[in-house]
Amino acid sequence: MSKPDKPLKQIHLAAHFPGVNNTTVWADPEAGSQIDFSSFVHLARTAERAKFDFLFLAEGLRLREQNGLIYDLDVVGRPDTFTVLSALAAVTERLGLAGTINSTFNEPYEVARQFASLDHLSGGRAAWNVVTSWDAFTGENFRRGGFLPQDARYARAQEFLAAAKVLFGSWRGDEIVADKESGVYLGDPEAGRFDHHSEQFDITGRFNVPRSPQGRPVIFQAGDSEAGREFAAAGADAIFTRHGTLEAGKEFYADVKGRLARHGRTHDELKILPGVTFVLGDTPEEAEEKAALIRRQQVSGQTAIKLLEQVWNRDLSAYDPDGPLPDVDPDPGEHTVAKGRASVRQHGDPLAVARRYREIAEAKKLSIRDLIIEVSSRQSFIGTPESVATEINHFVQSDGSDGFILVPHLTPGGLDVFADQVVPLLQEWGVHRTEYEGTTLREHLGLSADTF
Amino acid sequence: MPESAPLHLAIALEGAGWHPAAWRAPDARAGELFTPAYWLDLVQEAERGLVDFVTIEDSVGVRPARYDASDPEESPGRVQGRLDAVLTAARVAPLTRHIGLVPTVTVTHSEPFHASKAIATLDYVSSGRAGLRVQLSARPYEAALFGRRTFTHRIEDRDDPAVATLVTDLFDEAADYVEVVRRLWDSWEDDAVIRDAATGRFVDRDRLHYIDFSGKWFSVKGPSITPRPPQGQPLVTALAHATVPYRFAARSADVVYVTPSDAAQARAVEREVRAEQAAAGRDREPLHVFGDLVVFLDATEAEAVARKERLDELAGEAFVSDAPVFTGTPAGLADRLLEWRAAGLSGFRLRPAAVPHDLLALTRGLVPELQARGAFRREYEAGTLRGLLGLGRPASRYATASGSPADSPATATAPATA
Ligand SMILES: Cc1cc2nc3c(=O)[nH]c(=O)nc-3n(C[C@@H](O)[C@H](O)[C@H](O)COP(=O)(O)O)c2cc1C
Repeated sequence: MSKPDKPLKQIHLAAHFPGVNNTTVWADPEAGSQIDFSSFVHLARTAERAKFDFLFLAEGLRLREQNGLIYDLDVVGRPDTFTVLSALAAVTERLGLAGTINSTFNEPYEVARQFASLDHLSGGRAAWNVVTSWDAFTGENFRRGGFLPQDARYARAQEFLAAAKVLFGSWRGDEIVADKESGVYLGDPEAGRFDHHSEQFDITGRFNVPRSPQGRPVIFQAGDSEAGREFAAAGADAIFTRHGTLEAGKEFYADVKGRLARHGRTHDELKILPGVTFVLGDTPEEAEEKAALIRRQQVSGQTAIKLLEQVWNRDLSAYDPDGPLPDVDPDPGEHTVAKGRASVRQHGDPLAVARRYREIAEAKKLSIRDLIIEVSSRQSFIGTPESVATEINHFVQSDGSDGFILVPHLTPGGLDVFADQVVPLLQEWGVHRTEYEGTTLREHLGLSADTF
Repeated sequence: MPESAPLHLAIALEGAGWHPAAWRAPDARAGELFTPAYWLDLVQEAERGLVDFVTIEDSVGVRPARYDASDPEESPGRVQGRLDAVLTAARVAPLTRHIGLVPTVTVTHSEPFHASKAIATLDYVSSGRAGLRVQLSARPYEAALFGRRTFTHRIEDRDDPAVATLVTDLFDEAADYVEVVRRLWDSWEDDAVIRDAATGRFVDRDRLHYIDFSGKWFSVKGPSITPRPPQGQPLVTALAHATVPYRFAARSADVVYVTPSDAAQARAVEREVRAEQAAAGRDREPLHVFGDLVVFLDATEAEAVARKERLDELAGEAFVSDAPVFTGTPAGLADRLLEWRAAGLSGFRLRPAAVPHDLLALTRGLVPELQARGAFRREYEAGTLRGLLGLGRPASRYATASGSPADSPATATAPATA
C-alpha cells in the first residue's frame, strides 16, 4: 500500500462501449443493440451520472474474417466514430468523448478538422486515440490501399500526429474579432496558415477550423512496443493499455513514467489507463459463479475452436471443443486464418504458444474450451462492490495505473451496476469525484491547459 | 408536376448567411458561429417552419471570394472558418425530431468508405433523417491541404478544354464515389443481424455482401462496418449548373439543386435533367429537381432591396452567386415558387442571405404564406426524410426475393456497371 503521507490519487474512470469481440455477451436476454443510438446514450448517461472522465470507442474498418469467411460468432457492426461522438455531445454535458481514429486510412488535414470540430461541438471534450492500422486486408476498403508495410505505419503515425498538431496550433485563439462596426472579422488574416513537410506529408494552406476549446483534443496512444512507449512518452496525454494485473501494471507504469523526464515532461502529464472488465456479486462466491458463467457465455465451444485456430493458423473445425487439444502442431507459415484481428499479432511464435497451451491443458486436465477460457481470460475485477472498489483503489494508489477504462460485458446496461454500487464507495473514500470540477476532458484528467 | 403536388422546401445553412457581409447585420450572432447552440437554434427554427430538410454547407478549405474562384479568400472582413458539416448535423440530430439533416461532403478529398458509414450513422442518430450533399473540389489550394493530388488548372477558365476534361473527370469520380457509398449502404441486408443463440451466430454472413467495386479512382471491397441505416438509402443530393453535373445528378442523386433564373429556364433545365435521367436508365426512379435561390425577404420589396444594398456596401461589392438572388416579400417569393413549380420543379432549396433575419422570414413569413395557399404541409406527415419527400424505402440491391441468397456467391447480385 502507499505510504501514509502520500496524498491519495484521484482515480480516473472511463467507459468503453463494448465492441466486436467475444467479451460482449450478445445472447444474454438483457443484451441490447450494438448500433441503435439509444444504446450509446444509455452508456454515456450512466458514465456521466457516475462522473466518469470519458466514453471510449474502438475502431475496426473491415469486418473480420476467419478461414476466408466473415466472422459471425461475435457482435458485428458499429457506427462511425465522429458521427456518434458528436451526437453524444448533444445528450451529455461533461463526459469526455474519445474516438479511436487510425493514421493510415485518413489524412491529417481531415482528421484535424473533424477533431477540432468535435471539440467545438462538445465544448472541449474531445479525445483522439491514435492507432496505426496498416494491413492490406483493411486497406482494401480505402483509396490508399494496403501498401503501408508494418514498420512504415509508425513513421506515418508519428508524422500524422505531428502534422495534426501543427494544424491544431495554427490558430492561437484570439484571431476572431467579429467587430461589426469596423468590419474586421479576422484580426489576423494569416490565422490558420501552415506549411508542413515531412517524409509522408507535403501539406500547405490554411486550416479552416478556429482554435477549439481544448486547443487540441486529448491525445491517447494504445500500443506497447518500444516505439509505442516512446511515442506516448513524447507526445500523448494518456495511454490505453492491456496491463491489467497489478504486477504488470506497476512495471509498465514505472517504465513509461520514467521516460517522461527525457522528453521534458512531468509525471502527471501522462495518464495510464488499462482496459479491464468486472463482475459484481452480493458475495464473493456469487461473483465468482457469475464470472464463470459469463466466461462460458463468452467462450462457446465454437468460439473456443475459432480462437484456437488463430494460434494454430489452420482449420480445426473437425475438433471437439470438449475434447483434448489437437494432436497436430500449428502451421508455422504466414498467418492466413484470421484477418482483421489485432490480437493475432500477440501470439508471437505459434509453436511456443502451442507448447505452453499443451502444458497448461496437461497440468489442469483441460478440454479445448476450458483451456481457452483459462488463457483468454482478461484481467477482471471480480467480487463484491466493496472488494472491487478496494482492489481498484489499491491498484491505483500502488501506481499500477492512474485509473481504468471499464469494458462491460453487456450492451448497453452493463455499466449500471458499477455506477450504482462501486462508484459511491470510491466517492465516499475521496478517491473519485462527486461532481465534475471542470468542463473539459483535459480538466477531468488533470492535464495542463497549455497544450503546445 | 401537377399544381396540387406538395411543394418541398429545404433551407441551406451557411455561417451567418450567404451574403459575405451577413455577419455584420445588427441581429447576426457573429461571435457564435462555432458554438453548437448557434447551429441548434438554426435547425430548430427550420424545423418549426416544417421544412423538409436543411443542408449544411462545408468546404475543406477557407472559402474563396467568389463561389467559382480557384483562389482562397484572404479578406479579413469575411467570416473565416467552418465546422465539419457531418459533425454539425450529428450534433443537432438528437435534439430535433422531424427535419432532415443533409451535410455537405467533399468527395474529391475523402474516402467513400468513411462517408458511407458517417451518413449511415447520421441516419441512426436521427432515426432516419440523414442525407448527403455531394460536393466536388477542383481548387488547387484545397488539394494542397491534403498533398495527395494536384490541380493545376483554374476552374474559371471554362473555355480551356483541359478544364472541361478535369470537370468531367471529377464528376465521373463523384459518380463512382456515390455508387460505392450506396452499395455500402446496401451491403448489409436489413435482417443480417440474427442473434441466433441456437447456432451461436450473431449475423447471417450470407446476408452480408462484398461490394467489390473497382473503378478508375479507387476500389473498395466492403461490406460496410455499419449495418444498413434506417432509411436503407439516405438521401443523396447535389448542386448542378450545367450538363455534366446534370448528368452526374441524374445518375446518382435523389435530389438535384438547379439554378435557373426564370420559369422558362426552369422548364428547360428540368427537361434536360429528365433526359439525362432517361439516358442513365433511371427514368422510373424518383428524382426531385429543386430550384436554388438566395433570398432577401422583408415586408416590402423596397426594404429587401435596401437591405441587400446595405450589405453590399459593407462588403464593398455587389453580391453575386451561382444561384438567382430574390429580393422581395414572402408573398412575392411564394408567387415565384409556385410559378416555377408549375414549370416542373418539385421543390426549392432556399439560401437565407442573412441569418437570423432571412431564416425567420422563411419560417414565419414564407411558410404561412404557402400554407394559406394550400401549397405546404401544416405538420410533418412522415417519420423519415425519404418519407417527407415521398420516396419509398428501397430494398437492398443484394437482397433476393426469398430473403437470403444462400447458395449464390455474394457478389452475383451486384450491378454489373461500376
Ligand atoms: C461549369 C461549372 C459547373 C459546376 N457545376 C457544379 C455542380 O453541379 N455541383 C457542384 O457541387 N459544383 C459545381 N461546380 C463548382 C462550383 O459551382 C463551385 O465550386 C460551387 O458552387 C461553390 O460552392 P461552395 O462555396 O459551396 O463550394 C461547377 C463549376 C463549373 C465551372
